[in-house]
Amino acid sequence: MNKTDALIIGAGPTGLFTAHQLKLIGLDCHIVDNLDKIGGQCIELYPDKPIYDIPAIPECSGKELIDYLIKQIKPFDIKFHLSERVEQVKKEKDHWIVKTNNETTFLTPNIIIAGGVGSFEPRKFTLKECEKFENKSVFYSIKDKNIFEGKTVSIFGGGDSALDWAIELSKNSKVNLIHRRDDFRGAQATVDKVKELAKSGKINLLTKYQISDVKGSEKLESIDIKYDEKETKNLKTDFVLGFFGLIMQLGPIANWGLNIDKKTIEVDTEKFETNQKGIYAIGDICNYPGKLKLILSGFHEGALAARACFKLARPNEKYRFEFTTSSKTIKKRLGVKSD
Amino acid sequence: MPKINYIEHNGKLHKIEVANGLSVMEGAVQNDIPGIDADCGGSMACATCHVYVKEEWFDKLEKKEDGEEDMLDMAYEPNKFSRLSCQLIVTDKLDGLEVTIPKKQA
Repeated sequence: MNKTDALIIGAGPTGLFTAHQLKLIGLDCHIVDNLDKIGGQCIELYPDKPIYDIPAIPECSGKELIDYLIKQIKPFDIKFHLSERVEQVKKEKDHWIVKTNNETTFLTPNIIIAGGVGSFEPRKFTLKECEKFENKSVFYSIKDKNIFEGKTVSIFGGGDSALDWAIELSKNSKVNLIHRRDDFRGAQATVDKVKELAKSGKINLLTKYQISDVKGSEKLESIDIKYDEKETKNLKTDFVLGFFGLIMQLGPIANWGLNIDKKTIEVDTEKFETNQKGIYAIGDICNYPGKLKLILSGFHEGALAARACFKLARPNEKYRFEFTTSSKTIKKRLGVKSD
Repeated sequence: MPKINYIEHNGKLHKIEVANGLSVMEGAVQNDIPGIDADCGGSMACATCHVYVKEEWFDKLEKKEDGEEDMLDMAYEPNKFSRLSCQLIVTDKLDGLEVTIPKKQA
C-alpha cells in the first residue's frame, strides 16, 4: 500500500503542474495514468500542433509543453504509475483507499482527478459481431506479434499504427491493408514503403473499403468489406486488427458517487472539491459556472486544489503562503541556492 | 437566426436555431442533442462530433481541411457525406442545413 498526501489521476498538463504545486508546499504525491506515457491529450491528440495561449510562451507544440512541465518537476521525486487505470475508490475513516487495475493500492486523504475527458481507450469497430472475436482474433493493439506468423491478417486504418504494423507483419504473414480512402495520414516515408510493398505483392492494399461483416462461428473465418459504399468483397482472414486511434471514456470515475453532468464533475471554485470531501476535480474534467477548457485554467485550479490538500494532509499544521522568489523553504525543496 | 436540423440515428428531428458564427457542433452541445459529444472541445482532435450531411447540402459547405479528413479516419462509419460538425460554421446560407448523427459516436 502506497501512503501519500495526494493522489493525482491523470498525467496531462494539469496533473503535472498540480504535482509541482503539491511538492512546492511540502506534500508528496503519486500520479496514475492509463496511457503508457506522460502528457495526456497534449501527447496523445496533438503532440505537433502549436499552442498559442500558454502565458509567457508565445508558441509551443503539445509535446514541447509537456517537456517543459516535466523539466519543471525534475527537482522533485514524483512517482508515476503509467498504463494503470484507477478502478476503485473507497472511503475509510478520514482517508481514501484507491485501487488500480494493476492492483496497486494507495491510502491518501486527497484524490485529485485531472482526468481530461476520461481515460483513453482504443476506438473499436462498430460491428456488434466483432465483440465476440475481440482479443481472440480481433485486436486493437498488439502484445505478441508472433501469433500472426504464417497467418492472414487484415489491418484497418490509415495512420502510422496501421501502416507500421502492415510493414512489420508483411515479413512473416499475409497482410491485407484496408483503408476508407486513397490518402493515408501516416508519415510520408511509411506511406511510400507501404506502396512499394503493395507493388511487389507483399501487402494486399485495398483502399476505399470499409468493414461490413465478420464471419465465423467459433473461430473468425472471413470478413466482408464494402467498396465505396457499394459492392462487397469477401476476404478469408485469421486475424483482424483495427487502428482507429484512441477515444476518451469516463470509465470507472462514473461510479465514485460524484456529481457528474455531461461527462464533467461539479466542483466549487475555492478548493475545486467535488461533493465528496477530499476528492477534487481540475482541468477539462471539472465544471463550474464560467469554466473554460483551457490549459491555463487547469493550472490555476490545480494550484488551489493543492492548497486544499494541505489542510487534510497536515491537519495540525497551518499553511503559510510563500513566494518561490523569496522563500528559503521552497528554494530548498527546489534544490536551488538561496541568496 | 438560421435553423439547423439535427436528426438522431433513430430519426428523431431537432430543429434548432443556432446563431451565426457558432459551429454546428456548438449548436448541438448547447441544446443537449444526444450523440454529439465533442470531447476535444472543437479543436479537430477527436471525431466525436462527426455527422452525415444531407447530400444536397454537402457541396454548399466550405471544403474540408486536410486535418479534418485525417480525423474522419477515426470516426465511426464515415461515408462520403461525413463532416466534423465543429468545422461547420453557421451562416445565413446554412439556414435549413440537415445533418444526421451516426448511430455510434462515443
